[in-house]
Amino acid sequence: MSAQASVVVLGAGMHPWGKWGRPFLEYGLAAARAALRDADLSWPDVQYVVGADTIRNGYPGFVAGAAYAQALGWSGARVASCYAACASGAQAVDIARTRILAGLCDVALVVGADSTPKGFFRPVGGDRPDDPDWQRFRLLGATNPAYFALYARRRMSLHGTTPADFAAVKVKNALAGSLNPMARYREPVTAERVLSSPMVADPLRLMDICATSDGAAAVVLASESYARRRGVTRPVRLAAVSTVTPTFPHTTLDLPNFATDSSAAVPPPELPFRASIAHAAYEEAGLGPRDLSLAEVYDLSTALELDWMEDIGLCPPGEAEKLLRAGETALGGRVPVNPSGGLASFGEAIPAQAIAQLCELTTQLRGRAGPRQVPRARTGLAVNQGLFGHGSAVITTV
Amino acid sequence: MTFAIEGWFAIDGDDVRLLGTRCTTCGTVCFPPRRGFCPNPACEGTELVEHRLPRRGRVWSYTNACYPPPAPYVAAEPYEPVTLAAVALDEVGIVVLGQVSGLTVDELAVGMELELTSGPLADGPLVWMWGRPS
Repeated sequence: MSAQASVVVLGAGMHPWGKWGRPFLEYGLAAARAALRDADLSWPDVQYVVGADTIRNGYPGFVAGAAYAQALGWSGARVASCYAACASGAQAVDIARTRILAGLCDVALVVGADSTPKGFFRPVGGDRPDDPDWQRFRLLGATNPAYFALYARRRMSLHGTTPADFAAVKVKNALAGSLNPMARYREPVTAERVLSSPMVADPLRLMDICATSDGAAAVVLASESYARRRGVTRPVRLAAVSTVTPTFPHTTLDLPNFATDSSAAVPPPELPFRASIAHAAYEEAGLGPRDLSLAEVYDLSTALELDWMEDIGLCPPGEAEKLLRAGETALGGRVPVNPSGGLASFGEAIPAQAIAQLCELTTQLRGRAGPRQVPRARTGLAVNQGLFGHGSAVITTV
Repeated sequence: MTFAIEGWFAIDGDDVRLLGTRCTTCGTVCFPPRRGFCPNPACEGTELVEHRLPRRGRVWSYTNACYPPPAPYVAAEPYEPVTLAAVALDEVGIVVLGQVSGLTVDELAVGMELELTSGPLADGPLVWMWGRPS
């Protein structure tokens, strides 16, 4: 992609993650204003606003783009809203960057925010006996952590991973999160504490599993020429955004499914779903895992961070523990994973999370991450996966 | 006998079977049963016929729910941790999730053979469950 045609992150802003139960709009507005300030723009300068939807906050949550536009003050900006489970924020980024790449606008604001209930996520929207997300709770009591635990146990069986390895992921991420003012949990933890926290879904304990949080993140995206006119000389570029769906047969048991696709008639694809998400982004950017300075991966559980390390190509399957134990993915290591502190330190605020990942890449690539700064960060990757075949990978470069 | 969901499994004496579907064009098997069109993107088949899945498979992975799952699950009182297993049915190339009857996580292992059975949810209706082979 030529420099003229690239899309840049002109501003990034967040509302801290926590659990206050206030309206999601309040968090979203704070993040939007922070991103606009960071971009040195005012709201009426924005030509296009995209909201990542929240499905647990009533009608305004389903039309998040318009809800933010109204809250910021109707300005005539064009609008879109989208929902893609955990990948909602990345899909919102993709919609905005595509409109910029098409030449239909120069500057866009992308906002995601959530306000979450206490405890396990429940199915949304009442009794719907034909909805698989309702059925899995009714028939099996299969919560989200149950699926995370199935992956964790599978990993232990295949690769000999131990609960101590899982705990080491939490210790690493908690230490990084303790250095991040936007994180919800800012206290370093010991492995002993993780290993003595209550079992939730064997083999995963409470401190292996990410919480559900309130929070918000926003970015201002612009064409590179617009950024140059604003005097930005070394912008963070969006080198790729991947939002691929699985390829049939999808042979991993994914939320909220009861079963995998069958591989009896058609052999499984070369790359399983999570790996294919990252692969598509690498292809688009013309980069590979060796180019990464850092990665933000979706650690819904400690065990999943290890799976992701392999899915994004940091090491072959079964070797993530080796990298972890050698400190290569810690701050100060060869390729820090989750230098923000990850979901372990934030908890998940669904529509905001992928945007928060992009905020972290931006902060790191600008060299403004303070005590958690990855030295000489030039290329960052952020990945996630959510329900119903959604996932995303974003690559940024300077 | 009240089933918690109609058409997903059948009980015939001791024989409990999951009711999948098979595409008559490409042979792709599905569970839960599916109507209308084949999920294989390269197939235009629309005739999906009932296909009883093999009764035995090997544990792909397993876990439990140490805390009562939220509604619409109806948790027993007092609550006993629900055990779940994802079982690979190699002949049809599918992994199927189900509750486990009569085994705790301490008694399960990846690769172990299990057999389909059924059991009641806390409020009465039956679901398919994985259990020790008879």
